[in-house]
Amino acid sequence: MKKRTAPAVVFLCLGLFSPFPFPKSVAPRTSAALQIKGSDTMVNLGQAWAEAFNRLHPDVNIAVTGGGSGTGISALISGTCDIAESSRAVEDKEIQQAKANGVVFNQEIVGLDGIVVVVHPSNPVANLTMDQLREMFMGNIKRWKILGGADIPVVLLSREVNSGTHIFFKEHVLRRSKKKATEEFSPGALMMPSSFAIAEEVAHNENAVGYYGLGYISPRQKVVAVAKDGRSPFIKPTIESVRVNAYPISRPLYLYTNGRPAGLVKDFVDFVYSKEGQDIVARTDFVPIR
Amino acid sequence: MAKFRKLKEFVIEKLIFASGIASIVFVVLIFIFLLREGVSVIKSTSLGAFLGGRFWYPISDPAKLGILPLILGSLLVTAGAILLAVPLGIAAAFYIADVAPAKVRYVLKSGVEILAAIPSVVLGFLGITLLVPFLKHTLGLPTGLTALAGSIMLAFMALPTIISISEDAISAVPREYKEGALALGATHWQTLTRVIVHGAMPGIIAASMLGIGRVIGETMAVMMVTGNAAVIPTSLLQPVRTLTATIAAEMGEAAKGSPHYFALFAIGIVLFLISFLINLTADLFLNRGKKR
Repeated sequence: MKKRTAPAVVFLCLGLFSPFPFPKSVAPRTSAALQIKGSDTMVNLGQAWAEAFNRLHPDVNIAVTGGGSGTGISALISGTCDIAESSRAVEDKEIQQAKANGVVFNQEIVGLDGIVVVVHPSNPVANLTMDQLREMFMGNIKRWKILGGADIPVVLLSREVNSGTHIFFKEHVLRRSKKKATEEFSPGALMMPSSFAIAEEVAHNENAVGYYGLGYISPRQKVVAVAKDGRSPFIKPTIESVRVNAYPISRPLYLYTNGRPAGLVKDFVDFVYSKEGQDIVARTDFVPIR
Repeated sequence: MAKFRKLKEFVIEKLIFASGIASIVFVVLIFIFLLREGVSVIKSTSLGAFLGGRFWYPISDPAKLGILPLILGSLLVTAGAILLAVPLGIAAAFYIADVAPAKVRYVLKSGVEILAAIPSVVLGFLGITLLVPFLKHTLGLPTGLTALAGSIMLAFMALPTIISISEDAISAVPREYKEGALALGATHWQTLTRVIVHGAMPGIIAASMLGIGRVIGETMAVMMVTGNAAVIPTSLLQPVRTLTATIAAEMGEAAKGSPHYFALFAIGIVLFLISFLINLTADLFLNRGKKR
């Protein structure tokens, strides 16, 4: 066993000391390793898939890391991962870059995610319309009193710009999915490095309002029901309401590969679509596609 | 045989010389690389709009790339950290170098070293779970994610540098000065504040400057506790976004060759220049100390 790994170790060391990354043809991507990278929202999901997949294929080495959807897509373009997890579709800009690097995106929709809006459990505000959310996150509603809460300031919590959730919320809620809109988050919105940081701050701060994926719901925060407009009913984000598209802030979850999946990548994607893979989607609080 | 030895000496000498200049070569290379990537930012914004712009919306189209709030955020957090760490650090250094009994000194010195060894992400984690809620409740703030939280975290990180270098400077003050002062009838306190401080001053200032240099480049803990809102700060009790946190948070996403990407490198240049100035000042003081 030791002997067999030795050449790989030497190779890796050489890689560490060489000033440039290996050209792709030389890269020692052994068939028994998978690099999965991308969306922070999907990192737990990816890990759960990897563990279950490993039980079926014990000799495969799978590494799942986060960093944000953009990070994963960049990694796929530069050839440092096999599968990119993304909570948004690739952009034209990225498709151009991929082309320049000889990478062709293959898109798989593997589940759905609802973005939940959360407040402190003591906050009496339970329902918000999309317009109210928009005004609030643009910084035009500065106190909870206006929305029927206590007379305390609103503290906005957003994800950083490398987060697919940030981009989705901006385009879907602030810009109402209009291509030419220019609405921005209030400059005073706090940019949190992770969903964990948002959850932690909302749990401790009665002024705070934040957003993250369905998977992060816990009793330490209160989930707000959202209505499309003034006439529509307020809908709580649940697996069911996202699946039937009643909850207004939801999105697809993607896996991207370079070209049609083949070999181990194909095995993994097939597993994701299998009954067991989709059960894992439901178990990690996302919405299965099949 | 002698010829071989000469050759061996020649090779060794050159190798040592190469190691010696390697770090300088690296610094120059890094700076050239930063400059090459960062200067392109003026293709998309003027220098004035970049350094003086009040809005940072890097991924919008067109992007708004004003780093004034980020520069002020970094300076404010650093200033807060200095106000906390420098007096505390110098006082601790005096205690360790001049007052504490040998046993206490030994324990304190190891303590300071352990403080230096705590990874910044661990400090940040403690900050977000303990310090941030504490600040919010005791000061009655809308949120505890403030510049002050960042300053406190950074003060912890600057303390080991400030203490150990000041302590060296204080211990380096010739023993005769102290004995002379005491022999003239000065009390221990008078000796300390009027004689030893003067002798050690250049070293103490250098220690503080190096502490500041450590602080302004720190990223992880600051990013976790300052809230990262890109607004122009008016007090320590407000959220701020620092230069370092901006680079760390956004580099993964920035498309290579985009204005955003160049802007992040330009922020790198700004940071590089700031720490260069700080280190230069520290060096000047250290050298002045040596000449005396």
